[in-house]
Amino acid sequence: MKKITTFLIVGCIIFLISCAKDKDLNKFLSIEIPAGFPQPVYQFTNNQPTQKGFDLGRMLFYDQGLSKDGTVSCGDCHQQFAGFGNLDHATSHGVDNCFGKRNAPVLFNLTFKDNFFLDGGVTNLELAPLNAMTDPCEMANDLNKILVYLKSKPEYQQAFQKAFDSDEITSQKMFRALAQFQGMMISADSKYDQVKAKTAQFTDQELRGYQLFSAKCASCHKEPLFSDNSFRNNGLDITSLDLGRSTITSLASDDGKFKVPTLRNVEVSRPYMHDGRFKTLEQVLDHYQNNIKPNKNLDPLLKQDLALTDTYKADIIAFLKTLTDLTFLKNPKYSEE
Amino acid sequence: MKKLLLMVAIAAVAFMSCKKEDAGEITGSGTLNFEFENVVGNQPLVLTTQNYTNTKGESYKVDMFKYYVSNIQLLKADGSIYNVPESYFLIDQSDASTLKPSLSNLPAGDYTKISYTIGVDSARNFAGAQTGVLAPEKAMFWSWNSGYVFVKMEGTSPTSTAANHNLIFHIGGASATVNAIRKVSFNIDPNILRIRTDKSPIIHFKADVAAMFNGKQNISFATYNSMHGGLPALIIADNYAQGMFSLDHIHN
Ligand code: HEC
Ligand code: HEC
Repeated sequence: MKKITTFLIVGCIIFLISCAKDKDLNKFLSIEIPAGFPQPVYQFTNNQPTQKGFDLGRMLFYDQGLSKDGTVSCGDCHQQFAGFGNLDHATSHGVDNCFGKRNAPVLFNLTFKDNFFLDGGVTNLELAPLNAMTDPCEMANDLNKILVYLKSKPEYQQAFQKAFDSDEITSQKMFRALAQFQGMMISADSKYDQVKAKTAQFTDQELRGYQLFSAKCASCHKEPLFSDNSFRNNGLDITSLDLGRSTITSLASDDGKFKVPTLRNVEVSRPYMHDGRFKTLEQVLDHYQNNIKPNKNLDPLLKQDLALTDTYKADIIAFLKTLTDLTFLKNPKYSEE
Repeated sequence: MKKLLLMVAIAAVAFMSCKKEDAGEITGSGTLNFEFENVVGNQPLVLTTQNYTNTKGESYKVDMFKYYVSNIQLLKADGSIYNVPESYFLIDQSDASTLKPSLSNLPAGDYTKISYTIGVDSARNFAGAQTGVLAPEKAMFWSWNSGYVFVKMEGTSPTSTAANHNLIFHIGGASATVNAIRKVSFNIDPNILRIRTDKSPIIHFKADVAAMFNGKQNISFATYNSMHGGLPALIIADNYAQGMFSLDHIHN
C-alpha cells in the first residue's frame, strides 16, 4: 500500500512538473529592458515571444539549408563570439565565394533600433533577414524555395506547430520567429554596465578613457546604446564609393553618411567601419586622430581636431574594452544547439 | 379625359417610385467581381513576343507586368463611403488566376463611384512581414529599402542603353521624400453598380502599360530604362495616375 501511495505521489509530481514545464514553454517571455535603456521600438506587437518561438528562430538562424546551396547560414556571417558580427571579414562572404559590399553589423539590442542596415534602408526588424536570404551574394535563395524546404522537414513542421499553434508554415511566421530570436538578444552586462550598477569599478586608465570618450565620442556614440541612431559622415573618404544613406533618401546631403554603429562588444567585432577597412581599434583611433578627410558631408563635430594623443588613444581603447559583454557572447541561449 | 388619364398615370408612377424608395432599404451583403484587362494602348498585352511603340516612336516588348490595387472605396450617390477592409489585389499578367479578383461581404447597395490606390498604403509598407498578396515571396517587396514595388514592368527595347537593352521599371516608395502612392477614382454614372445578396456585378477595368511612359511626361527609353524606386520613379507614378486605369464597363 505504502509503495503504491509513494508511486502515485511521485507520479503526480512528475506529471505536475512536466505540465508546468510545458506551460512555461508557451508562456510569453518578457523582455527585460536594462536600466537606462530607452523603450523598445520593435514592440513585439502581434508577435509575443514564447520559448518555442524563440527556439524556432534560433533553429532558422543557424540553418544553412536556408541558402541556395545549403552552405551559408545567418550564423555564418553573424557569429556570436564576434557580437554576431563577422570576425575578420571586411565585407560579408556569401554563397559561391561571393563577397558583398558591406561589413556585417553586430546583432544585439536590435529592438531599440528604429531602422536597420548601415544606410537605414530596412524599417522593421521582421524584414531585416529578407535581404540576406535573397541577395545573390549572400544566401542567394528564393523565399518560395525556402518555404518548400521548411515544409518538407518534419522538424520544422513540428517546430512551427509548437511555436504558432498551427500547422501552416508561412513566411510571416518564419520572419516573426527570427524576430523573436534576434529581438531577445540583449547585451547589457559588460563591465561598463556593472560600473553603472555600482557592482564593479573602472581602473584608473578605464576611467580616464571614459572621460575622454564622453568628451570626444559620446555625442555620436551615445550611451547607453553607444549610438544615437543617426546617420553621419565620419570622414573616412573625400568621396565615399558607397553612398550610404542617400541610397535610400536620394538626398545629396546624405551622400556618404552611415548609421552610427554601437560600440558595445567592439573589442571582438573587428574589422571596423561599413567596409571593414580597419582591422584594429588602434587604426580606428588613428583615423580619428589625424586622418579625417574633408568629405562634403563631414559631420561638424569632426571638423575640429579631436586633440587625441597616444596616451589618450590607449585610455579610450581601455575604456572601449569595458564594453565587452562576456555573459552575452557566451550565452548558450543564443548559441547553435 | 385623356388629360385625367395622364395625370393618373403620372401619379401612379410617382407613387410607385415613392413606394420603391420607401421599400428601398437594400439590406444584406454581396460580392463584387473585378476584371483587370491589361493592354498597351489599344492593343491587348501579350508578354515577351509582341512589339509595341511608345510616344517617342521607340519599340519595346513587355516581359512582366504586375501591380497592386488596394484600399478600395465604394461611394454612393449621397456621398457616403464604404472603405473595403483589407482590400489588396496583386494583378500579374503572367498569372491568369490573379486577373479576376473579387470582394465579398460588401454591404448591398447602389454605388455610383469607386476609387482605389495604385500600390499599397504607407502603413503596410512599414508594418513588418505580411501574408497573402502582400507576402514578401510575391517578389514585390524591396529587401534593401523597405517598401512595396507598386507597379513592376520589365521588358526590352532596342533604344534602352541598359545591359541587354533591358527595361526595368520598379515603381514604389511610401516615405516622406519619395511618395509614389497614387489614388484613382471612377464615376460609374450614368450606370449604377448594384450589389445585392443575390446579384454580384462585374466591374471591368483596363490597365494600360503604355500610360506609364506618357501623359504627364513622355519618356524615352534612352533616358529612362531602369528604375528601382527613388525620385525618378515618381515621374512614372504621375504618368500612371493619369491614364493607366480606365473603367471599361460594368455588368449588373
Ligand atoms: C553573407 C553574409 C550574411 C548572411 C548570410 C546574413 N547576413 Fe545579416 N547582414 C549582413 C550584412 C552585410 C548586413 C548589413 C547590410 C547593409 O547594411 O547593407 C546585414 C544586416 C543584418 C541585420 C541588420 C542589423 C542592423 O543593426 O542594421 C540583421 C537583423 C540581419 N542582418 C540578420 C540576418 C539574418 C536573420 C540572417 C539569416 C537569414 C542573415 N542576417 C544572414 C550579412 C549577412
Ligand atoms: C560625428 C559622429 C562621430 C564621432 C564624434 C565619433 N564617431 Fe565613431 N563612428 C561614427 C560613424 C558614422 C561610424 C560608422 C562609419 C562607417 O561605417 O563608415 C563610426 C564608427 C566607429 C567605429 C567602428 C565601429 C564598427 O563596428 O565598425 C569605432 C570603433 C568608432 N567609431 C569609435 C569612435 C571613437 C573612439 C570616437 C571618439 C574618439 C568616435 N568614434 C567619434 C561617428 C562618430
